[in-house]
Amino acid sequence: MKTDESGTPGGKSKKREGIARIVLVSGPVVKAVPAEKFSMNEMVEVGEERLAGEVIGLEKGIATIQVYEDTTGIQPGTPIFGQGLPLFVELGPGLVGEIFDGIQRPLKVLRERWGDFIHRGKIGTALPREKVWSFEPILKAGDDVSPGQRLGKVPESKGVDHFILVPVEVKGRLKWIANGGSYTLDDVIAEIESHQGQTYRIKLYHRWPVRKLRPYKERLMPSEPLITGQRVIDTFFPLAKGGTAAIPGGFGTGKTVTQHQLSKWADADIIVYIGCGERGNEMTGVLVDFPQLLDPRTQRPLIERTILIANTSDMPVAAREASIYTGITIAEYYRDMGYDVALMADSTSRWAEALREISGRLEEMPAEEGFPAYLASRLAAFYERGGQVTTLGDHRGSVTLIGAVSPPGGDFSEPVTMHTKRFVQCFWALDKELASARYFPAINYLQSYSAYVSRVEQWWGKRVGGEWKGLRSEAMEILQEDAKLQNIVKLLGEEALPDDQKRIIESARLIKDDFLQQSAFDPIDTYANPEKQYLMLETIMHFIRRLKDIIEARVPLYKAMELPVVSEIHRMKFVYKGDDPGPFKDLESRIDQEIEKILKKQASKSYTTFTTGAA
Amino acid sequence: MKNSQDTNKLDHMSRPPIEYMGIDSVNGPLIIVKDVRDVGFGERVEVTGPDGAPRQGRVLSISEEAAVIEVFQGTSGLNQPDSRVRFTGRPFEIIVSRDEVLGRIFGGLGQPIDGGPAPFKGERRNINGYPINPVARAYPRDFIQTGISAIDGMNTLVRGQKLPIFSGSGLPHNDLAAQIVRQARLLTDQEGFAIVFGAMGVRHDEAEGFRRSFEESGVLKNVSMFLNLADDSTVERLITPRIALTVAEFLAFEEGMHVLVILTDMTNYCEALREVATSKGEVPSRKGYPGYLYSDLASIYERAGRLTDRTGSVTQIPILTMPDDDITHPIPDLTGYITEGQIVLERALFQKGVYPPINVLPSLSRLMSDGIGEGRTREDHRDLSSQLYAAYARARQVQRLASIIGEEDLSVTDKRYLSFARAFENRFLSQKSNEDRSIFDTLDLGWELIMLLPEQELTRVRKEEIEKYGKGNGKNSNAGNQEQPASP
Ligand SMILES: Nc1ncnc2c1ncn2[C@@H]1O[C@H](COP(=O)(O)OP(=O)(O)OP(=O)(O)O)[C@@H](O)[C@H]1O
Ligand SMILES: [Mg+2]
Repeated sequence: MKTDESGTPGGKSKKREGIARIVLVSGPVVKAVPAEKFSMNEMVEVGEERLAGEVIGLEKGIATIQVYEDTTGIQPGTPIFGQGLPLFVELGPGLVGEIFDGIQRPLKVLRERWGDFIHRGKIGTALPREKVWSFEPILKAGDDVSPGQRLGKVPESKGVDHFILVPVEVKGRLKWIANGGSYTLDDVIAEIESHQGQTYRIKLYHRWPVRKLRPYKERLMPSEPLITGQRVIDTFFPLAKGGTAAIPGGFGTGKTVTQHQLSKWADADIIVYIGCGERGNEMTGVLVDFPQLLDPRTQRPLIERTILIANTSDMPVAAREASIYTGITIAEYYRDMGYDVALMADSTSRWAEALREISGRLEEMPAEEGFPAYLASRLAAFYERGGQVTTLGDHRGSVTLIGAVSPPGGDFSEPVTMHTKRFVQCFWALDKELASARYFPAINYLQSYSAYVSRVEQWWGKRVGGEWKGLRSEAMEILQEDAKLQNIVKLLGEEALPDDQKRIIESARLIKDDFLQQSAFDPIDTYANPEKQYLMLETIMHFIRRLKDIIEARVPLYKAMELPVVSEIHRMKFVYKGDDPGPFKDLESRIDQEIEKILKKQASKSYTTFTTGAA
Repeated sequence: MKNSQDTNKLDHMSRPPIEYMGIDSVNGPLIIVKDVRDVGFGERVEVTGPDGAPRQGRVLSISEEAAVIEVFQGTSGLNQPDSRVRFTGRPFEIIVSRDEVLGRIFGGLGQPIDGGPAPFKGERRNINGYPINPVARAYPRDFIQTGISAIDGMNTLVRGQKLPIFSGSGLPHNDLAAQIVRQARLLTDQEGFAIVFGAMGVRHDEAEGFRRSFEESGVLKNVSMFLNLADDSTVERLITPRIALTVAEFLAFEEGMHVLVILTDMTNYCEALREVATSKGEVPSRKGYPGYLYSDLASIYERAGRLTDRTGSVTQIPILTMPDDDITHPIPDLTGYITEGQIVLERALFQKGVYPPINVLPSLSRLMSDGIGEGRTREDHRDLSSQLYAAYARARQVQRLASIIGEEDLSVTDKRYLSFARAFENRFLSQKSNEDRSIFDTLDLGWELIMLLPEQELTRVRKEEIEKYGKGNGKNSNAGNQEQPASP
C-alpha cells in the first residue's frame, strides 16, 4: 500500500536529488551540465548555500536555471541539486496576515534570521511548523469523500475559517478523522482510503506547483459586483466578483493608491496583494495601516483577511517572475474553500519586464520592444486564472484579478498594455492630466470601460431599489456631451457658449467634482457604500435636471450656480455616510425650494417688464 | 534585531586572490580572460597594464571558458600579453567609519583625493548593499522643511524619502539642490545629520560649487563627497552612487545619523550603463537602454528609508537632466516609476524668470499626505495644497486660452484665474536663493493667493478653513503645538 503524505502531485514521487555542475553564471541565469539530471520547471538548489532556483530551459545537454537569489560569488563548477519537484507553494493555515517574498519565504522569519536586510540562503519553511492550530472536523469517519470537499476547519484568523479540503485527486472513504483539538501542520488529521485501496494521510497543509492551475468543477458567469466603495468604479465601470480588470497609467497617476483602496474596501473575503517589483515603503504602508483599519463588513482589522507577497524592485528579478504565480495559486486555494478572493498585482509590467530580462539572458529571439514572443500567452494564462466557479466541493468561490500596468512614458500603445487589454473585461485608464490637477481617482471616464455593466444591473436594482443603470447612462451622456464641448471651449472659451451648452459644462463639472472625484485620504470620503453612491448621484442629477427649467425660464445660469445648495452638493461626500437617505432627500427638497424661488422671481420680473412695457 | 549588515559574517564569497597574466581580448570597457578557475560572479578584479597602475573591475559573467570583466577606469593602454589580472576573491567593498569618511572628498571609486589617508579602520561593506526587508521599514512621515514654498507647500519632503529633481540642461537644479541642503539643516540641533554627495560625470565647477556651498553654510565637516567628474572614466560612474549609498547607509543605520544623499547627474549614470550594455552586445530596450535599467535604478533608489529599530534615515535627492526636456524619456520615466515623487523644473518658467522654476503640476510627493496635517504641519495643509493644484491647473488652461482668444474675451472668472496664475508664479513659486520660508509663511501665502479667486471656485477647501485661514489672514493661525520640522 502506497501512502501519500500530503496528497499533492509534487509529494507523490520520492525526492530524488540530481546533481549537476555549473558551467556559466550571468546575473540571475546560470547554466549547468548534464541537463539529463533535471526536468523542465524543476526546483533546484544552487551550491552549498542552497540558493533557490528553477530550471527554465533544457537544450543541447545544458540546463538553464533562473536563480531566485543574488548570485554574487557563484563559480563554475559549483554543484546544483535537483529537488525532483516543480516550484511549489505551501497551502495551509498561516497564510493570512502574513507577508512573503516572491517565492513564499516569510519576511518576518527572514528578519528574525538576518536582521533588517535580506540576505540569501535557505530558510526553513513557508508556513510555521511549530504553531498550534485548533482543528474542528466537519465530516466523520466512514463518510464518502470526493475532491475539494471540506473535511474540517481551522480558525485562521478571527475573520477567516480555513477549510481543510479533500485533495483534488482523491476520491474514497474517510477512514479516520482527528477529533477537534490542537494540531500542528505536520500532524495527520485524517486518513482517506481511495476506491483503489490507496491510503492518503491528510495534514493541515499541502504543496501545490505554482504554475499549475487548481481545478474546479464549473466556470460561472460573473454577475455580482465586487463593491469597492470607489464611486467611479462601482457606478461607472463596475467590476464583478470573478472578473478581471487592468489599471494602466504612467507613474504617479494612482495605480497603487487605487489598488490599496480596493484592498481595503472591496467586499471580498480574502485579499491577496502582490507588490511585484514596486516600492518597499508601499508594502510597509500596508503592514502599518491594515492592522488598524477595520473591514466595513466584519469590523475586524483588515490585515486578518489579507495576504501580502512582496518582491520589491530591489529584490532579485527572477523571484519577481515567480511572485505572480505564488500569489495566484494562493488566491485559487482560498477560492476552492468557497471564498471570494480579490488579487491585486502591482505591477504586471514589472513581471513582464522580468520575463524580458530573463529571456534576454537566454538570448531568445525578441518580439516587440524586446519582450519575448510568449508575452501575450503568459498574460492570457494569468488572467485566465481569474473567474467565478463552482468548486470541486460544490461551493461557490471566485478570484477577481486586478492588474496594474505601467506603460513606458504613459503610452498605452506599448505591448503589455495592448495585450492586457485583450484579456481583461474592465479597463480603468489613468490619465496624467487629471493626476497633475490632483483630480483623483484619475480614471479617465472616456477611455475606460467595463463589460460588466449589464451583468450587475440587477444586483444594483435590488440593492438600491432605483433605476441604477438609467441614472448611470444619464450622467454618462452629460459627460460625453461635455467632452465634445470642451474642444470648443479650448479654442473659444466658455463665454462663447450659449447658456444651454454652458448648462452641460456646469452639469458635467458637478458630476466630475462632486461625484467622481473621491479622496482616498479623507476619513469619510474614502469609502462610499452603494446606497451613498446612488443617493449622491440621484441628488446631483436632480439638480442637473432642474437646471433645464432655469434655462427654459431664461434665468442666467450663474444664478443657479450661486445658490447655497450648490455648496451643499459640494460637501455631501465629506459629510454623509449613506446609511441614512434622510439628508439626501432633504437636500433634494432644498434644491427644489431654491430653484423655485429664482424661477418665481424671474416670472414676476418678466411680468413686470411686460406690464411696464405695455404701459 | 540589530544585526549589523556586515558582509563578512553573512557573505558567501571569500577566497584568496588569484592572479593571471595576459588578457585574451578587449572590447570597449570589457576585457575577456580565458581559462580561469575558481572565479566567482560579481567579484572585484584589479587589472594592471604595462603602465603599472592598477585599475578596478568586476566580473560580469563567468563560464568554464572565460571571464568577462568590466574595467571601471577604461581599457585603453591595456595590452594583451603584458597585463596582469588579479581576481580578489571578494565582492566590491569599501571600508567605512564615521570619522574617516565625514569631512572628506573621494574619487568615484572611493579613493581619497583630498590628500588624506584611505579609510582602513572601519567596517568592510559590500557596495551593492542588501535589500531592506519591508517588515523592517518604518513608514516615513517626518516633515522636512526646506524653506521652499513649491516643495514644502505642495510637494512636501519627508525623512527617508527618495525625491528626485527632474531638470533640463542649463536649468538651475544645482542651485536648488544647494539651497535645499543649506536650508533643510537641523532646526533643533540635537540629532546628528550628514550629507553624502555623489557626482557622476559633472563638471569641475559644478562639484566645486557644491563644495563651496557646503563650506559657506558650515556643514562641510558633515559632508562626504564622492566625485566622478566629466573627464573621469564613464564606467566608473556605475560604482560611484553605490559607494555613496553604502556610506550613507552606514552613517544612518549604524551611526544613527539623518543622512541626505544628493546624486547628480543620474542621466550620466544611465548613459554609462547603456555603454556597457552595448559593448556586451545585449538586445536593447527603449532608446538603446538595457531592459534591466528599471531594476538597476531601483537597486540605487530603493536604498533610502527608515528602519523601525534604528534611529537614522537615508533621504535621497537624485538629480537628472531630461534629454530634450522630455519627461517620457526612459531615464526620467523609469526614475519616476521608482522614486516617491519628483520635483520637475520647467524651461518656460525659467524663461519667465521664475526661480526655482518648479512646475508643480507634474511634480509630486507621494509621501506628502502622511507627513502633513495637524500635529505635523497644519490642519489646512492638505486641502489648501489640493486647492492650489486644482486652481493652477485651471489657470494654465486659461493661460493657453488667453493666448488664442486674447485676455479681453475671457470670462470674468477666467480673468481672475489669470491673475491668480501670475501671482502664484511670481510670489509663491518665486523666491530668492537665500530665502528660507517657514511652512506657516508658505501656507499663509497660499491662502492669500487662493483668495484671489471667487469663493465658489474653492471647492476643495472647507468653509471653516476659508473663514479661519483665508479671511482671518492667517496671522494668528500659527499658534498651536505643531511638531518641529525635522532635519534631513
Ligand atoms: N484616490 C486618490 N485620492 C487621493 N490621492 C490620490 C489618489 N490616487 C492617487 N493619489 C495621489 O497620487 C499619488 C500617486 O499615486 P500612486 O502611488 O498610486 O501612483 P502609481 O500610479 O502607483 O505610480 P507608480 O507607477 O510610480 O507606482 C499618491 O501618492 C497620492 O498622492
Ligand atoms: Mg504604484
